[in-house]
Amino acid sequence: MKVKVLSRNPDDYVRETKLDIQRVPRNYDPTLHPFEVNREYTRALNATKLERVFAKPFLASLDGHKDGVNCMAKHAKSLSKLLSGSCDGELKVWDLTKHECVRTLQAHEGFVRGIVVRFCGTSFFTAGDDKTIKQWKMESPGYGEEEEPLNTILGKTVFTGLDHHQKDGVFATCGQQVDIWDEQRSSPIRSFTWGVDSFSAVRFNPVEVRHHVSTTLRHTHTHTHTHTHTHTHTLYSFSMFTLAYKVFIVSLPDAFKMDCLIFLCLTSLYTYDMRFLDRPITVHMDHVSAVLDVDYSPTGKEFVSASFDKTIRIFPKDGGRSREVYHTKRMQHVICVKWSADNKFILSGSDEMNIRLWKANAAEKLGVLTPREKVAVNYSQKLKEKFQHHPQIRRIAHHRHLPKSIFHQTKELRVMKEARRRKERNVRKHSRPGAVPVVSEKEKHVVTVVK
Amino acid sequence: MAKFSKKKVNRRKVEASGEGPEQVVRDPGEQHEGLNEADGHVSEEQEEDEEEEQEDEEEEEDGGGDKDERRRQKLLEAINALGGKRQKKLGERSEAAVLMSEFTINAEGEGERVDLSDLIGTVEKNRAVPAKTRKQLKNLQQSKRTVECPLSKQETERIQRDVSFQKAASEVSRWKGIIRQNQRAEQLVFPLNQEPAGPKPMERVVSGWKAQTPLEQEVFALLTANKQPVHDPILTPTEEASLRAMSLEEAKIRRAELQKARVLQSYYEAKARRERKIKSKKYHKVHNKAKRKEFLKQFDEMVKTDPATALEELDKMQTARMQERMSLKHQNSGKWARSKALLAKYDEDARKAMQQQLEVNKELTQKLVTSLNNEQEEEEEEEEAGHPELMPDFVNDAERGLDSSNPWMRGKLSEEPTESERCGSLDLTEEASGVGGGTAEEEEEGEEEEEGEGKEEEALLREFDQRRKLRQVQEADTGPVLSVDDDEGMVEEDEAAAEEEEQLSEFTSLFQEMANSRRDVMAEQAEAAPDTSVQLEEGRRRICTVEDVELLSQEEVAPDEAPVQPQLPPATENMLSAPQKTGKNRKRKRGIELKEVLTTEAKVLRIPLAPTVEDTEESDGKLDQRGLIKEAFAGDDIISDFLRDKRNQEDAGKPKVVDLTLPGWGEWGGGGVKPSRNKRRRFRVKTAPPPPRKDQHLPTVIISEKRNSSISLHQVNSLPFPFESHTQFQSTVRSPMGRTWNTERMVKKITKPKVVTQLGAIIQPMAREELMKDASNNSSVDSLRRKH
Repeated sequence: MKVKVLSRNPDDYVRETKLDIQRVPRNYDPTLHPFEVNREYTRALNATKLERVFAKPFLASLDGHKDGVNCMAKHAKSLSKLLSGSCDGELKVWDLTKHECVRTLQAHEGFVRGIVVRFCGTSFFTAGDDKTIKQWKMESPGYGEEEEPLNTILGKTVFTGLDHHQKDGVFATCGQQVDIWDEQRSSPIRSFTWGVDSFSAVRFNPVEVRHHVSTTLRHTHTHTHTHTHTHTHTLYSFSMFTLAYKVFIVSLPDAFKMDCLIFLCLTSLYTYDMRFLDRPITVHMDHVSAVLDVDYSPTGKEFVSASFDKTIRIFPKDGGRSREVYHTKRMQHVICVKWSADNKFILSGSDEMNIRLWKANAAEKLGVLTPREKVAVNYSQKLKEKFQHHPQIRRIAHHRHLPKSIFHQTKELRVMKEARRRKERNVRKHSRPGAVPVVSEKEKHVVTVVK
Repeated sequence: MAKFSKKKVNRRKVEASGEGPEQVVRDPGEQHEGLNEADGHVSEEQEEDEEEEQEDEEEEEDGGGDKDERRRQKLLEAINALGGKRQKKLGERSEAAVLMSEFTINAEGEGERVDLSDLIGTVEKNRAVPAKTRKQLKNLQQSKRTVECPLSKQETERIQRDVSFQKAASEVSRWKGIIRQNQRAEQLVFPLNQEPAGPKPMERVVSGWKAQTPLEQEVFALLTANKQPVHDPILTPTEEASLRAMSLEEAKIRRAELQKARVLQSYYEAKARRERKIKSKKYHKVHNKAKRKEFLKQFDEMVKTDPATALEELDKMQTARMQERMSLKHQNSGKWARSKALLAKYDEDARKAMQQQLEVNKELTQKLVTSLNNEQEEEEEEEEAGHPELMPDFVNDAERGLDSSNPWMRGKLSEEPTESERCGSLDLTEEASGVGGGTAEEEEEGEEEEEGEGKEEEALLREFDQRRKLRQVQEADTGPVLSVDDDEGMVEEDEAAAEEEEQLSEFTSLFQEMANSRRDVMAEQAEAAPDTSVQLEEGRRRICTVEDVELLSQEEVAPDEAPVQPQLPPATENMLSAPQKTGKNRKRKRGIELKEVLTTEAKVLRIPLAPTVEDTEESDGKLDQRGLIKEAFAGDDIISDFLRDKRNQEDAGKPKVVDLTLPGWGEWGGGGVKPSRNKRRRFRVKTAPPPPRKDQHLPTVIISEKRNSSISLHQVNSLPFPFESHTQFQSTVRSPMGRTWNTERMVKKITKPKVVTQLGAIIQPMAREELMKDASNNSSVDSLRRKH
């Protein structure tokens, strides 16, 4: 008699190596898993909590400046290099991996107003309060050599901003007027003014670059301090030709070209579509004091803003509220901020002479992840996304500890805003229908458009 | 001089680039010039002197090299000045200055008027200038109109700004496609244009690489001599040729075919082996039957192809048939058959078995109809026509048994009782033994002899059957008129038709009688109706309440019997009238009747049976509208619906007894074993009654008890932004993402992060080439589409 014995193919259950994970046979029939949503909810909640536990964004502080850090520049080719200029005219080159200063030079008398590294990374330009633009070698001088600029240009007026073209030897400055310079010349090849407004920042569009001077000009964006001119938050929208807009375009996203303009107007930031400057696409609110600097992440999905209220905030490109706020006890008014070119770090320079290095993703683990870790991270990220609308999870995910003063100011602003809203509502209620139209938050801030 | 010319060139370039910006932007120097112009005409001499002085100063600053040169120049000038009229000298600048006067620029023909024709003169000669332009210029020359006054500076600036803004905007919006693509992309991996990792071939890294060292040269010489590949394709020409000779796909197809053939063969072998070993008699019976059929088929063919052997075969078959006819096999006359016949009355199986037996008999005795024995057939027909009485009655009837669903058509059944009666006198013991062995015996016999038997009788029987089908009605009277030929049949059919009519009339009269009897019954029922109505009441009333709102609002007062009584008359009328119609479709009518009753009921309800006083009072003006509304909502009864809903909800909330007994735990299990009462009692859980409902004392309100405040804390209470409907949101939440519920690949797909960046990789801004690439891609796609 033949006896049949139950037998299984060992390939089905035996691992090839000891390092493999055990194969777990599963039945994916959904009727057998009635509690899947509940279990995932719990997982999502845990993931959110853990994210908050691991959120330690502050990495390092670079000190060495003898005055407030006024401007910074990323190196075009190297991630570990950072240039910073302070209010006493001193310029420092930092090695970020070692957290130390590798070179110091007295660039200007008075403030260093702008630094920009040439696209090739071999030299950089600085502009200062002493009405000069200087070009420096990136390499530090050899032994016995004096620290001397390659080139010095004397301007007529004080420069407040500086930017270099992405591909050509052309750079732009701003101040009383916007000047476009050729590297080879001592006088600007083009300068633009409009009335008596002065400009505080200038940027080349990193994507739309042209060889013609005239066309690059068209994509030059400038800004002015609104609050110095008018305290009515007037948003002028100048047409592109001579100069761009009267308010603020500080940074342009690299990957996403069109919605590109971040305006600074006291506490809010405005994103504009470059083609339609009548009204902003998004108003980014959360700062309680003036925003001083903005930088886009290289992916173009987010941007970081530095504010006078001693905080840095990270906003999604199209979100009205910030997703993250960074502050420390000792950090004073943040004057400049940069997002590193690999999208992982944020650098901030502040009044109290320090440059701080932050993680762009507060809870992210730096360094190499094992594949299993990667899978886990991805899964928990998706879980958080999936359940983000659930009240308990949202509460935990959105909670941030704020300094007392900011906390109270936020509250105060909220109350004020609510009161204004209520009043408007009441006025609307008691007036002829249509007499008090509903104005959206985006339109509210635009007083007039000057062409 | 050089500087000056440079300046000039510069200006020209600016003008060439056109469009306007250049005009708006003016050098401060130029502005200064404008001022000077406004100043008026200062004597030229004076100016020049000033200039010279300036130059001197500049020269001093310059110092050094060209000092001598300058001096020489001056000297020459002085000499020239000595000779009579002073010549005008060309203005010269050697240093770039912010301030520059246009008065230093001198043209040769200054003072003379410049005419348009002077400027255009060369155009006529130049071939390169198109004719159109020439014509335009001529027209321009002839026209006497004055040029319009230019716009103010502010306005021109504004226009220029506007135009350039439009241009910039349109240029920027060329990126729209890429932006949208990136936004929709499931995953973006930064840096965007990464080169694939891994080693690259030498040719790609170094473009112009040549064998230089003697060793390299030697190696290359060897390679080329043997026709070995040097660059990317690693195959030699011969290898390539062999590859080309037989494509992979062809080979695959061939291999698949071979494989299939082999597999089929093995299947067939296995099947044959298995079949050889089967012992089941039934199987073999079926098998043989199939074989026989096949053999018949073959035989048909053989008749055409090989008549000699076919005749032999036929002889064999006929002898076999004869034997079968002679023997008592399959005639249902054996011991087994008798026992079966006994049982047949009660047992379906027995009946079937007997039926089968007969069928076998028929099959075996069926005469084979071939072209070879046509004559014989005819003879036989005659023969059969001669003695139809010999055939037993039930044999004829049994044919009908083929459609076994109708017991009346199975003549066998009608016969069986008599048989069983006959058999009833037999011993019970015999019967009992017969049942056991009989079947087996019979089957054996069947197997042994089924092949040999003839089939004449079956053929005959079939013929009879067909004919009978043709004249079903006639049959009753005519009886066995079976010997008719086809020609006669035609004549007879006419007769049959007449007879048929007669029969029909009989049929109808029969039905009439039946109908009459029924009508009587109905009438009786109708008389009895008032009595039964009381019993019917409840059911009917419920229907009424569901049916109509009106009644509910008014009723209570209305007499219970009232709705029922008027309902009945129409119903009974219908029922009475129905049978008077033709008897044939009576049955169908009856089906419709039920419906009719229902509809009439509804109609009756519409008539206000117990009209209230209010209604009549109001009626004049508003009745129409109210009536309308009532009519419109006649179908749905909101109040009772509501009450029902509430009752349902209350019932749902009531504690239920949960039976948690698991059969087989702690005791014997298996089919039909019930868990003991003790156990059932132990595991029957009665949940605690819930707190009293909030709408307990509110008859018109339902308050849902489902809402749980402790859970609602965790629930989303408003639809989040990107979602458009609850179902959409719910479906996203409901579909799980984890590895517990999804396959590994699925999990990987679902949890793919939207943006991936690499630590330490610099992300460069998108290049303009990307735009071009996109455009070219699009165009290629478009062209492809156009092609198809």
